[in-house]
Amino acid sequence: MSLAMRAPRPVEEAPAPPPDLRATLARTWAEPGGFFGWFMNVNHKSIATRMIVTALGFFALGGILALLMRLQLARPESRLIGPDLYGQLFTVHGSTMMFLFAVPVMQALGLYLVPLMIGTRNVAFPRLNAFGYYVYLFGGLFLWISFILNVGPDVGWFSYVPLAGPQYGIGKRPDVWAQLITFTELAALVAAVETVVTTFKMRAPGLSLNRLPLFVWAMLITSFMVIFAMPAVMVASLFLATDRLVSTQFFNPAEGGDALLWQHLFWFFGHPEVYIIFVPALGFVSTIVITFARRAVFGYTALVLSLFATGFLGFGLWVHHMFATGLPQLGLSFFTAASMMIAIPSGVQIFCWVVTLWGGRLRFTTPLYYVLGFVVIFVVGGLTGVMLASAPLDLQVHDTYFVVAHLHYVLIGGAVFPLFGALHYWFPKLTGRMLSERAGKWSFWLVFVGFNLTFFPMHQLGLMGMPRRIYTYLPQTGWTLLNQVATVGTFVLGLGVLAAVANAAISLRRGAIAGDNPWDADTLEWSTTSPPPLYNYAHLPTVNSRHALWTRTPDQPVVTGLRTDIREVLITDAVDARPDHRQHLDGPTVWPFLTAVSATIVFVGAIFTPWAVVLGAIPVFIALTGWFWPHRSTPLPGPARERLRP
Amino acid sequence: MRVAPSLDVSDLPSVAYGPRATLWWGVVGMLMIEATMFAMLVATYFYLRVTADTWPPLGTPSPRLLAATLNIALLVVSVAPMYLMHRASWRSDRRAVALWLAVGTLIGGGTLVLRGFEFAALNCRWDSHAYGSVLWTIVAMHAGHLVSSTLENLLLALLMIIGPIERKHFVDASVNALYWYFVVASWLPLYVLVYWVPRL
Repeated sequence: MSLAMRAPRPVEEAPAPPPDLRATLARTWAEPGGFFGWFMNVNHKSIATRMIVTALGFFALGGILALLMRLQLARPESRLIGPDLYGQLFTVHGSTMMFLFAVPVMQALGLYLVPLMIGTRNVAFPRLNAFGYYVYLFGGLFLWISFILNVGPDVGWFSYVPLAGPQYGIGKRPDVWAQLITFTELAALVAAVETVVTTFKMRAPGLSLNRLPLFVWAMLITSFMVIFAMPAVMVASLFLATDRLVSTQFFNPAEGGDALLWQHLFWFFGHPEVYIIFVPALGFVSTIVITFARRAVFGYTALVLSLFATGFLGFGLWVHHMFATGLPQLGLSFFTAASMMIAIPSGVQIFCWVVTLWGGRLRFTTPLYYVLGFVVIFVVGGLTGVMLASAPLDLQVHDTYFVVAHLHYVLIGGAVFPLFGALHYWFPKLTGRMLSERAGKWSFWLVFVGFNLTFFPMHQLGLMGMPRRIYTYLPQTGWTLLNQVATVGTFVLGLGVLAAVANAAISLRRGAIAGDNPWDADTLEWSTTSPPPLYNYAHLPTVNSRHALWTRTPDQPVVTGLRTDIREVLITDAVDARPDHRQHLDGPTVWPFLTAVSATIVFVGAIFTPWAVVLGAIPVFIALTGWFWPHRSTPLPGPARERLRP
Repeated sequence: MRVAPSLDVSDLPSVAYGPRATLWWGVVGMLMIEATMFAMLVATYFYLRVTADTWPPLGTPSPRLLAATLNIALLVVSVAPMYLMHRASWRSDRRAVALWLAVGTLIGGGTLVLRGFEFAALNCRWDSHAYGSVLWTIVAMHAGHLVSSTLENLLLALLMIIGPIERKHFVDASVNALYWYFVVASWLPLYVLVYWVPRL
């Protein structure tokens, strides 16, 4: 085995681990308690758990807005909600679901699971990780407080100019949207860099890239997509903010600007965004399929290459959101072809999963139900996607409910169903308790039926000509019945989500004790206790195949020799995961929180005056200095030869 | 009780430089983000140029070259002390690292003064037309990088002079050199874009 190839010497028989090893590790990796301790925590599991809970909270809030919109549309000429509030409802709903729920919840599961799955103790930059969470949290609170104060953005989640520009975008509403982007994209970029560095440099010995669990591959590729896509929208929202605040002319055609520039920049981010949400879901699906088919995955290489292909092609499709803008025909044909091409890697993956399931001994648990539900819904969404990729058809249904149906089929079917499967699948690891299978299946059927009842009629409504984002319609249109079906469906869907929440709440206290590996799964996180200790593993593990736990031998080596009195982790090389050096990770501190607070002051202040950026930079610099400056009171204990006297 | 065989890593070093270090990867990740951001600004520039009738707009002279050309020369020269700092950080030479960081900070201050003159030399305002907007944004965004990397150099120089330091701080210094190289290298195409493309 390749483990013995380099510097560390494999020892025949290790000395028995000292009995107090776990106690020492627990002391070293402990996080401060109490109210103030909450702001200092840097453990990846604590931060990720907060992020998951926060994202699910925003999911619930976004869902409530959806219910309100469906109530409004349940009958023609309804007076329940006026056009002004309705505009805020669909904008805040879309922005919440995309920026505050879908992307963060995927990244949060990655931040929780990736260090466990690759066999290390924390993420590469624990303090940065905490900073990212606070920025995300403050961004979300900022949007929702603005909304409650009647300053919620009302120009759609893609905030097109000129509607969002200085001439038509009244008050501060579009500015709130532009700064929401600053907050959430900064947080997403932080999480992406964390994931990339952790995955490349902190894998357990033996976990070479060609053995990497498919979920980790998915998070790695997602992170690269975040790195290359998010800057586009940050630049775009910067232009929008400066157009509105200091009268730059980027989107003003009268002064040489161009409104379509916004759409290009936005969708260069916006289309990859869909795959940033979808690719992690593919990782969930692969993981769940392997576990419940109880066999090695069919087509590992094909699955990884499909993820890569999806990641690359996702950047070549953005113009298919702009078919109705009068761009040159030849260009449109190119984007039609590219849009259809992305069906190929999706198809390859579906076939690989089907073959894996076909050859497996299936266990029909709730997570597998959600995965099978995903396959059905996603195929429907994929089919309407291939239809919409064709420019002539797209022109016909552009901005109608057909598009609303399509995007919810791919986003809820493609991402939320796998996410629910994943939450059911990893709940035992996160909490130590099993969920009720019975309640899980009830909630699945409610969600599945409710979802289709809500969104399937929207295809027909779109073909009948109902435009999206209208706050009401006339009875003569004939849209009433289908809208009522959709509204009923929304409540069934909501009931299903409530059933899942109730299941989680009850199981948290009364669920069966899960044990380390209730599903007999193959990835490393199932080899530690449920929930995992703060330090994840008493001894860092080694890996000898793609399905680490299924092929683990009785004498599988463990890593020893890491210091336990300080927070030390093993750094391995990027491709083969050979041990390279030991590294000390930073401990708890309040500075990331203070930095996020000062950044928030800058971001919010910049809505009102450009001087906020200049003056606000001072507290940010002070906070960053406090963050990086080493503290004399807590010197790093270490061998003398590695300490330098001042 | 039978004990699993172990892979003893206690002999491995506790500090590493370059691609072996996680910090190097973190900074490279950040540079990828920054590079993408600059690429978006460049794309915006050409998009606006293609859609414009005249570039720069009629009656707007091209930017004056003097301050910017002096500045880019200074930036190119600044790579030398940063490289010496980089080398010194590998051998944990505290005095040399502190010295070259101090020189780097002074040069950074000089480039910022020249950058101030550059804004005046753009020959347009940011709010007069889209051409002015994109020029100002490019120059200002790069100036923001000059400010942040100069402050980083200052902070690290102070740390090297007065702070309690550990070996890992030399890794910090070495990746700081990487960031400075990026700030200089990214300006080369942007300088051509801002000061020479309008003359085409």
